[in-house]
Amino acid sequence: MTDTSLLVWIILAPLIGSILNAGFYFYHVKRRPIPELVFSLIGTITPLIAFLITLNLFLSMLDNEVTYRQELFTWLNIENLNISMAFLGDKLAIFMSMFVTFVGWLIHIYAIGYMTKDEGFGKFFSYFNLFLASMLILVLADNPVILFIGWEGVGLCSYLLIAFYYTDKDNVLAGNKAFIANRVGDFGFLLGVVTLFFALGGVDLSFSSLESNISNASTALLALSGFLLFVGAMGKSAQIPLYVWLPDAMAGPTPISALIHAATMVTAGVYMVSRFHFLYSGIENIGIFIAYIGAFSALFAAIIATRQQDVKKILAYSTMSQLGYMFIAVGLGFYSSGLFHVLTHAFFKAMLFMGAGGMIIALHHEQNIFKMAQHRVQLPIIGITFLIGVIAISGIPPFSGFFSKDAILAAAFQEGEYLIWAIGVFTAFLTAYYMFRMYFILFVAPNKHTKNYVYTSRTITIPLLILAIGAVGAGFLNLPSTLGGEHMVDTWLMQTNSTEVHMSHATEYILMVVSVLVALLGIFVAYKKYANFDVYNPEDEKGLIANKFYVDEIYNVLFIQSLKKLSSFIDKTIDMKIIDGFIMNSCNQFINIGKKVAMIQNANVRFYALFMLVGMSCVFIYLYISLGL
Amino acid sequence: MISLTSYAFVSMILFSIGVIGVIARRNIFVIYMSIELMLNGVNLFLVTFARYYFSMDPQIITIMVISIAAAEAAIFLSVIILLYRSKKSLDTDIFTTLTQGEK
Repeated sequence: MTDTSLLVWIILAPLIGSILNAGFYFYHVKRRPIPELVFSLIGTITPLIAFLITLNLFLSMLDNEVTYRQELFTWLNIENLNISMAFLGDKLAIFMSMFVTFVGWLIHIYAIGYMTKDEGFGKFFSYFNLFLASMLILVLADNPVILFIGWEGVGLCSYLLIAFYYTDKDNVLAGNKAFIANRVGDFGFLLGVVTLFFALGGVDLSFSSLESNISNASTALLALSGFLLFVGAMGKSAQIPLYVWLPDAMAGPTPISALIHAATMVTAGVYMVSRFHFLYSGIENIGIFIAYIGAFSALFAAIIATRQQDVKKILAYSTMSQLGYMFIAVGLGFYSSGLFHVLTHAFFKAMLFMGAGGMIIALHHEQNIFKMAQHRVQLPIIGITFLIGVIAISGIPPFSGFFSKDAILAAAFQEGEYLIWAIGVFTAFLTAYYMFRMYFILFVAPNKHTKNYVYTSRTITIPLLILAIGAVGAGFLNLPSTLGGEHMVDTWLMQTNSTEVHMSHATEYILMVVSVLVALLGIFVAYKKYANFDVYNPEDEKGLIANKFYVDEIYNVLFIQSLKKLSSFIDKTIDMKIIDGFIMNSCNQFINIGKKVAMIQNANVRFYALFMLVGMSCVFIYLYISLGL
Repeated sequence: MISLTSYAFVSMILFSIGVIGVIARRNIFVIYMSIELMLNGVNLFLVTFARYYFSMDPQIITIMVISIAAAEAAIFLSVIILLYRSKKSLDTDIFTTLTQGEK
């Protein structure tokens, strides 16, 4: 049983959950405490409902070719601008919302265990549900304007959640940074939509009508629009140069990091480019531009990650790096490969973050990997799942990361972009290296204290185990034909005009062997260097790489300090001296005139009599002359 | 018979002397007397009109002016006494402190 009207309930379910939780939280704060169980139930059941509806739609889509479209009401109708509040459930959207709701739901469950006994438990779940709802609005939007609502919604929620521990100034600053960096991107996105509207003139703004009218528009405007939209993607998906917020975003509680990195927010950029595939395929060179931005982001982030010490920041940079791979894929037109990597990445990155969060709790909020290793605790489930995640992201078959990453590398190779391919392979080496560096330090390097600590919360371990299955097995969903698979994801998503990989099996085998060897080499180097590392003597934090290439500092000088100087110049010189000077001066002139007038009114009766006399004389003279008397 | 112009001329001189006295003198008593002089100048003119045109109206006004001048004299003299008590002076320039603003 499927009905188009179910579509909107995918969004409404978490939204209602958010509102309910917010209401209960107010009651909790103002009147009397409500047990955490209430918040947990609302907070986790609503994403589950969203997931079940999505699953229902997905299963009925498997049987017959349908595209769900639900139009709720006309939102704006001004002359030839027509925007309706409509949601679109095509294959791309349903594919995306499948794992957004599923992984999101698991992260919600995990958050129960992670956030327990936190003061703002209810508030957290309210924000969390809102985050999921915003992401689903973004995914299921039928036109760019609705997409923008979700786009802004995830930006808002990321701000609220990164600055969740608002009593700590650093967290609030990190939240601000995420918000402002995203705002730069959002501005680009908004301009892109406006440009698109002007390029196409008076058409219904839904994706389907945009697609059918795209050939009528001028190429220059379309190129501009495509570029501006991609600026939005740079902000959301943390690509060069708008990535600086992502590492700082680690200030929030770990479930948020998992949600931002796995299922929402950062994948929005990749999704948006895939959504606008009809636009990007029509513009020359922009695909290559996107692919190069992705490649350099991947490399840059991977280099920085090799010297970071904060476990969550390493994971954050790895996300940025993996997003770079996704942009290589969508830039080159291999949308399904990019989205497939989004899918596998969602599983293993959520798992890695959850594992890191579990360890961080067990170690009383210690995040430096060297210090964590000094007080190692035995966490068997987290240890195993973390290893699975590290292997998956490093690209060792048959774990999921291998298939998705390899598909992207093969695509780059086939397109003849050998530089991108080489960067990708080198980044794969670095990825294996830095992920295993973290793993060896955290779990293998010798130390003196090893405490037995069994974390009992099932809400933390069960989602981890489910995600582990996904991280291992998700790769088989899109098994390439070379390995006897059927390209299931590719075939299913083929409606997005994705380019297919066609190359000889021999080449494909060689590419696979190369990437596996490179990954193994990375692991080997990491093993040599860190398996017997003295964790009591950690690496220093000096040097270009450990300081993240001083990009934050450069931005600080380039944008923040220069703007501050400009502002203070405007304040001190233009405002105080010129404008205030002008206004104050004219005021003073009036005061002076007033003082002169006041001299006449000196309360001297005899003067008044004199004035009266003079005045009367003038009147009489006037009358005498004018009346001719 | 003395012409109307002569009477008018005398009353103008009286009035002008009064005006000059009000404007130029600082002693408040002299100012008061000058005001009386101005009133008398006007009275003289009014009475002259009454005589020339055989009308009682100007005379009525004259009586009014004289009675108002008498009432005014009563108030004026008491005000002068009060002012003198507070300032110990008859100089009108000192009384400018009666203004609302600061001087």
